[in-house]
Amino acid sequence: MSAAAPLRRSLVTPTTLVLAALVIVGFYFLALRLIYGLGAVTNLNSGYPWGIWVDVDIFIGTALGCGGFSMAILIYAFNGTAYHPLIRPALLGGLFGYTLGGLAAFTDLGRWWQAYNVLLPWHWQPNSIMFEVALCLLAYTVVLWIEFLPILLERFKWLALKRFLERWMFVFVALGILLPLMHQSSFGSVLLSMGPKLSPLWFTVWLPLLFVVSAILMGYAVVMFEATVVTHAFDLPSEHALISKLSKVVGWVSLVWLVIRWADLLNRGVVNLAFAGDLKASMFWIENALFIAAVLIFLTPAGRASQRASFLGAVALLGGAILYRLDALMIGDTPVGNWSYFPSVPELMVTIGIISLEILLYLVFIKLFPVLEGVSRSDTASA
Amino acid sequence: MAATRKSDINYTACLGPDPEAEIRGSGSVTRRQLVQFCAGVAATMGLSSAAGVRMAEAAISPARPPVIWLHGQECTGCTESLLRSYHPTLEALLLDVISLDYHDTLCVGAGKQALDYKHAMMEKHKGAYILVTEGGTPLKDGGIYCKVGGKTQADLIREAAEGAAAVIAIGSCASWGGIQSADPNPTGAVGTQKVIPGKLVINIPGCPASPYNLLSTVLYVLTFKRPPALDKENRPRFAYGRLIHENCERRPHFDAGRFALEFGDEGHRQGFCLYKIGCKGPETYANCPAIGFGDVGFGSWPVGTGHPCFGCTEKDTGFRKPLHALATVKTLTPPTAFPQVNAPEGAGPSAGAAAVLGAVAGVAVGAGAVLLKQMGNGKKNANDASKEQA
Amino acid sequence: MTELSRRQLLTNGCVGVAVTAAPTEAFAIARPPKEISPDAVGMLYDSTLCIGCKACVAACKAANEMPAEIPPDLSNWNEHTWDSAEDLSGRTLNVIKVYRNGTAEKKDREIDGFAFVKRHCLHCVDPSCVSVCPVGAMRKDPVTGVVSHDPDACIGCRYCVYACPFGVPQYDFSNPFGKIAKCQFCRHLLKDGKVPACCDVCPTGASLFGTVKDIEQETARRLSATPGTSYQFPRGRLGDNRPPNPATIPNYVKAIYGEHEGGGTQVRYIAGVPFPRLGLPTVPSQAPAALSEGVQHTIYQWLIAPIIAFAGLAVLVRRRVNHAEGDAGPKTKGDRP
Repeated sequence: MSAAAPLRRSLVTPTTLVLAALVIVGFYFLALRLIYGLGAVTNLNSGYPWGIWVDVDIFIGTALGCGGFSMAILIYAFNGTAYHPLIRPALLGGLFGYTLGGLAAFTDLGRWWQAYNVLLPWHWQPNSIMFEVALCLLAYTVVLWIEFLPILLERFKWLALKRFLERWMFVFVALGILLPLMHQSSFGSVLLSMGPKLSPLWFTVWLPLLFVVSAILMGYAVVMFEATVVTHAFDLPSEHALISKLSKVVGWVSLVWLVIRWADLLNRGVVNLAFAGDLKASMFWIENALFIAAVLIFLTPAGRASQRASFLGAVALLGGAILYRLDALMIGDTPVGNWSYFPSVPELMVTIGIISLEILLYLVFIKLFPVLEGVSRSDTASA
Repeated sequence: MAATRKSDINYTACLGPDPEAEIRGSGSVTRRQLVQFCAGVAATMGLSSAAGVRMAEAAISPARPPVIWLHGQECTGCTESLLRSYHPTLEALLLDVISLDYHDTLCVGAGKQALDYKHAMMEKHKGAYILVTEGGTPLKDGGIYCKVGGKTQADLIREAAEGAAAVIAIGSCASWGGIQSADPNPTGAVGTQKVIPGKLVINIPGCPASPYNLLSTVLYVLTFKRPPALDKENRPRFAYGRLIHENCERRPHFDAGRFALEFGDEGHRQGFCLYKIGCKGPETYANCPAIGFGDVGFGSWPVGTGHPCFGCTEKDTGFRKPLHALATVKTLTPPTAFPQVNAPEGAGPSAGAAAVLGAVAGVAVGAGAVLLKQMGNGKKNANDASKEQA
Repeated sequence: MTELSRRQLLTNGCVGVAVTAAPTEAFAIARPPKEISPDAVGMLYDSTLCIGCKACVAACKAANEMPAEIPPDLSNWNEHTWDSAEDLSGRTLNVIKVYRNGTAEKKDREIDGFAFVKRHCLHCVDPSCVSVCPVGAMRKDPVTGVVSHDPDACIGCRYCVYACPFGVPQYDFSNPFGKIAKCQFCRHLLKDGKVPACCDVCPTGASLFGTVKDIEQETARRLSATPGTSYQFPRGRLGDNRPPNPATIPNYVKAIYGEHEGGGTQVRYIAGVPFPRLGLPTVPSQAPAALSEGVQHTIYQWLIAPIIAFAGLAVLVRRRVNHAEGDAGPKTKGDRP
């Protein structure tokens, strides 16, 4: 069998119980949303029609699910065979990031019972970037499940089917690299329609490139983060060596991202806006500071060597990229009129519920299915 | 103004021993009617009931001054409207109670006899009488287009104004020229103030003017010996301080966009706003919607009967602007409930939301700190990075 | 609160400066702008003629069968019975708002004055909403140019609400089966040759309907006329023989809102106070849709790039997989992820 194995731990732990409770609360409010409408549960308004459900659950949530995609690029496009141990956990994270991102999208839709219209060819409007995003996202979610299928088949010992699937897996792996390249960049293109409403600190023709590269970075950062947390939480052998190796790549790519971003800002002559002293300016600097911190940590040998520093670096990179998306979608946006928005408590609980579900499912799956490597080397039968 | 304190007036004492006694003999106003009327007048002017009592006292005081009433270029409509009031009979009030010593139309005598009487009264009460003018004064060609007893109206007014304690111009004609001053104004008709520029003339415009506005002003002057608060055209503010548009009973229809488009159409029959058929209410200052005319109840004014106001009190509107042309809306600031440009909308952070986010942040930071501490304790395992170089 | 706050003016100003200062080469990737249809219909809103009577708001509600909007914070004032929309919403397709400054004594004066503005869909020549809708629920009529909405196609993603540079489309959040709402130029009346309800009922001719060509000529006449001269302002529809509103030409701000904004719109505004004071957003002349479509088509035209990329990736991945298989020897197939 492969080096991966299910983690033999109890499914019911304080952590999973708390997460389950949060999930139930979240789904309760989601039910209210279906019965009473979006206005009854969220603080969405005409100035901010997209709130945290769209921004966090979909845009950020799917980017957090780019672990599989990022690792696939490294392993298949750049022959990074050493990173094999990290691919299954990454895939798992992606699976739930996208599936639940899709669920969040579905329930955020104002006319969700007509959502199937996006699949009907006579309704296709190819000029719309959202159209491409919707179809790509759906397709990629399917691809992720297909990519994960061998793991399930391995667990249930349906090996003949598994072998058949693996003959054609290269198609799906290729799609698994192509589709996120398409839709994660399109997430950036979505903002091109904002034109005058998006602050020039974020609005640029290079938005698709910046979004797709930061999605790849988020994928790596998530993999690093997950690997560190899981190995420490379950007392598994550390993957720090791999993480350390990965972080050098990540450091360079992050630096390139920053360079592109700043070169574009300077070229357009809009850096003065960063000194306006308003909320947008402050968030812009925090965002950049987080990226720079990650770059500094990952490009110094001492940073890479230290587990703590590496972990903080991953957190900083995640924070920076998450903030970048939040800023580009919401904080950098100046709606027409005089609008304020802050999520309501039910709205927050739904997001927290969905994130909790992602974490919960991840924990359940690593315990039920052969995802993590290094399990067999450590404790096997502890309760 | 607020109602008076209870201790201010003792109505029983005001009414006297016999409230139903007619003041000037039979057919005249009773004391009760006078006091009630003056209280109403005081209320209209925004004064207290105590002031109303003082007015009643002043009105019948033996020391009250007489009123001399002159007519120029006019239709006598203002006097006629005075005579059409019934609660109480105003002419009784004015003629019997206040002592209208000379009135061109109403005096019993005629000719030289009437004019001699007028001069006698003016001499006798010199410096004390109130002069009321009705009608415009022609000034063109030496003012020959209106002469009474061989004298031009202009001269008559100047002569009478000399000994007058106060001058009140009733009606639009006396206030600013009225209908005869409409283009091309062949007689050079002007209001009384232009004839006697040196003396304050209180204008009570209207076509006709409301008799209650006149009476209230006269009573005020009699009582307080000074004119009431006036606007920049010397019109009493209590009556002419607001646009008709601000008091009109059809204003809700204007605000909701319901207009009559033609006389007799569905909207007109429903009593919708008459702005679109030319109502000049939005640019006319007067209190017609509040007090009406003719004492026949609520709605007894042009708009109330279904015809647009034509702006009879305003010298730039009445007899100048076409009847069915749209009025300039002199709306003072729109009501505060009118939706504002850039009004703040949407919800800011609630306490609950801030608390939830704080909790999430706290948990994340706490868990992270625990993890970092764990890492710092040094986990020894086969893949420790210190043994392998990146 | 009623004035454009300094922050908003600063933001608008910065956006304006930044956008105009940005090199146009950066947006050369945009596709060519769309042309206006020669038979396009439009509207001229003259803020100086508007008296804030809200007849157009009432008529629009009646003509489009929209329910009343009774804001809770006004219920003391309107006794829960009176439609008093404060802004566009899922139930209000057209609204009149007031700009007030200082003492607000004089109409159409910027300082210590007030002015009215009518807000609804501007029916852009190159609409963002039509471009961004994934299911084509927003459509622009090729002849009249009216931008219409089909609630049966709509999935409620609210991208149109998010993208519109003028803040027009509204989603009815209060309704679990809410729809997107926006002015559709009373197209159900236009097809019978009638005039949109707001223009039909306007007493002063502030809302005036007509072909865009006629509107442009009328606008030019008014702006070039000398202030103070009397003018017969048409009412209802340009070219109809309704009695005009005789009034005098005011001191217009010498600009037309909608001439170039966002690639041009079919509803144009003229006013006596600067447009930002009326809450009309400063929008650059390149249509946002032109840029987003330009970028998207450059990357995805005919799906050429994705297909080539897929082919390349498939080959690469296959090779790596085979390589790994060959290198590692007869390993069980379970090794591959």
